[in-house]
Amino acid sequence: MRISATIARPPAPVAVRMRRLVSLALVHAVLISGAVFMLLPFVFMLTSAIKPPGEIFEATFRLWPRQFYGWQNFDSALNTAPLLRFLFNGLVVCGGILVVQLLVAIPCAYALAKLSFPGRPILFSLVLLGLCIPVQAPSLPLYIAFAELGILNTYLSMMLPFFLSVFAIFLFRQFFKSYPDEIIQAARLDGVGEFEIVWRIVVPSAWPAIAAFSIFSVVAHWNDLYWPLIVVSDTKLATPPLGMMYFADSELGSNYGALAAGATIITAPLVVAFLIARRHFIAGITMTGIK
Amino acid sequence: MAGLTLRGIGKTFGDTAVLNNIDLDIADGEFLTLVGPSGCGKSTLLRIIAGLESQDRGSVSIGGTSVDHMRPHERRIAMVFQNYALYPHMSVFDNIALPLTMTRLSLFERLPLMRHLSLRRRRVMDEIAREVRVVAEQLRIETFFHRRPGQLSGGQRQRVALGRAMVRHPQAFLMDEPLSNLDAKLRVHMRGELTELHARLGATMVYVTHDQIEAMTMSDRLAVMDHGEILQLGTPADVYELPATIAVAQFIGSPAINLFPARVGSGGQIELLGRTLPIDVRNAPAPELTIGVRPEAMRIGGGPCTITCRLRRRENLGSESILHFDLVASPEVPVLCRIDNGMPIPEGEVTLAFEPRDCHVFDNNGRRIEVESRNAASRDVRRASEVR
Repeated sequence: MRISATIARPPAPVAVRMRRLVSLALVHAVLISGAVFMLLPFVFMLTSAIKPPGEIFEATFRLWPRQFYGWQNFDSALNTAPLLRFLFNGLVVCGGILVVQLLVAIPCAYALAKLSFPGRPILFSLVLLGLCIPVQAPSLPLYIAFAELGILNTYLSMMLPFFLSVFAIFLFRQFFKSYPDEIIQAARLDGVGEFEIVWRIVVPSAWPAIAAFSIFSVVAHWNDLYWPLIVVSDTKLATPPLGMMYFADSELGSNYGALAAGATIITAPLVVAFLIARRHFIAGITMTGIK
Repeated sequence: MAGLTLRGIGKTFGDTAVLNNIDLDIADGEFLTLVGPSGCGKSTLLRIIAGLESQDRGSVSIGGTSVDHMRPHERRIAMVFQNYALYPHMSVFDNIALPLTMTRLSLFERLPLMRHLSLRRRRVMDEIAREVRVVAEQLRIETFFHRRPGQLSGGQRQRVALGRAMVRHPQAFLMDEPLSNLDAKLRVHMRGELTELHARLGATMVYVTHDQIEAMTMSDRLAVMDHGEILQLGTPADVYELPATIAVAQFIGSPAINLFPARVGSGGQIELLGRTLPIDVRNAPAPELTIGVRPEAMRIGGGPCTITCRLRRRENLGSESILHFDLVASPEVPVLCRIDNGMPIPEGEVTLAFEPRDCHVFDNNGRRIEVESRNAASRDVRRASEVR
């Protein structure tokens, strides 16, 4: 491959070059139309956040408002709803879930990938089975159990059902499977115990997978409305989507500009986090062969 | 340093027996090579010695004490892997120091943040650093202490892997094809370095390879393995000159030995392609025989033992040539002959000759038969003294 790259290609005839150009343009047109379709709601949200109420529902769509109303919208979003409190709650819930998920799933995945013990195939099939069960299915028994335990309306109740992630176990197991056995054996000969092999030897090479999983997990739980809505009724504990819902109902009512500004604020952390971790995320996904 | 003793080692994977009843005594300070084609069980045997795999039957002792129930690191053995198995996220220094930090620091002192609280840790780490430096100087790798394995060449990685093994002063070194990932030139160089290292450390080394040249050049003794058994154990010269079976004769020696079908003729002498050779084989268990003659024992010309061949092609190796012939009587049998360059290259039908004493005679089961020929007696004496 390297050799062919260094050899200069002879210039292609005009017809061939034209055909290449046209196919390139076609491919990009399709991709751009897809991107536009997906970005449009975001664009609408962003422009609405800086428009005065009168302009939002005008018949003609404008990217930039005639009258810049951004300050007022963001001001009323931040002052009417305790947005920062929601963001903090989101951070606590997502962070807590992610940390425990990693602490639990990584050793499990290592055991499934690299240790041989009786019952391993059955345990792994259980993991695969777990992937097929939607969160909604066990929600009623979980709710009753939490009510019995008296932990409804706590951070813990929002996090507890997600501490054990079968998806994480599956993803890390696929990643660890490709980790060279010889390195693990060398570590055993050097006197490294199994737990330290996991955390000192294997995990430092698993950052792409950890980054990929973190994005999946944080996005899912940051945006989750279903479970917090069930177990939390206290506004002070509301996660960003739940908080927005409360305020869309009551105070902000039909102030769509302020709502859009609030939505912008709560989506921003995720977008920024994704942009930072983008490269790891893509590497992690392609490495584990999971889409 | 210590010797190793294996008694009756057996191992089965599913239905296939990988190792059958292996007995082996490795002396203190010996360089013993396990050599054989891939899949012969040599690597499995090495991993059983290391404790990475458990045997189904038999026992392993190191330095006279049984280690069957010990974990790998408790056996105090170091292993060098084919792909080096360095820790990719650690520097060269940390790679070499890891075995020492694991044994000398407590779990508490190894924790990422806690370690700054320990006063003892600093003293121990200084001591470890000194020992790592001593090993690194021997291997000339101290100049890239802070690089990661990914930034090193194959030969440098090999040295780091050796350093990680040496720093623990293990009872024995186990090496699993350590040179096979290197290019040809570096392999020859590292062969020399490993031999010198063995002489300097006086260490017990068990070396696994499928390369018979490595086995011949480096070992004190070599064990030729196939199908989970040791076919022959002896010094390189012994195995080369007196191969115990056809498989050993084929495996050791390059280019490979010539094999001819023969039989016991009238009068108890070998009958090869209708000609009678002056070799007495009355002790053969069956009339079918196989005669082996090494390419370097063949020469062009006449003599008591001759065969007629036709030249197919010539491989020029610079100082010498390998001539590939076909037997005229049965063209499917290839014959190789090694000649010095400068000798005339024959054409057409050629008569090749060899001495009766260069003949290796094997019975119908592929086992060596001791035959009466001029030098056989003196050889038997030497063999007896080596086997003891």
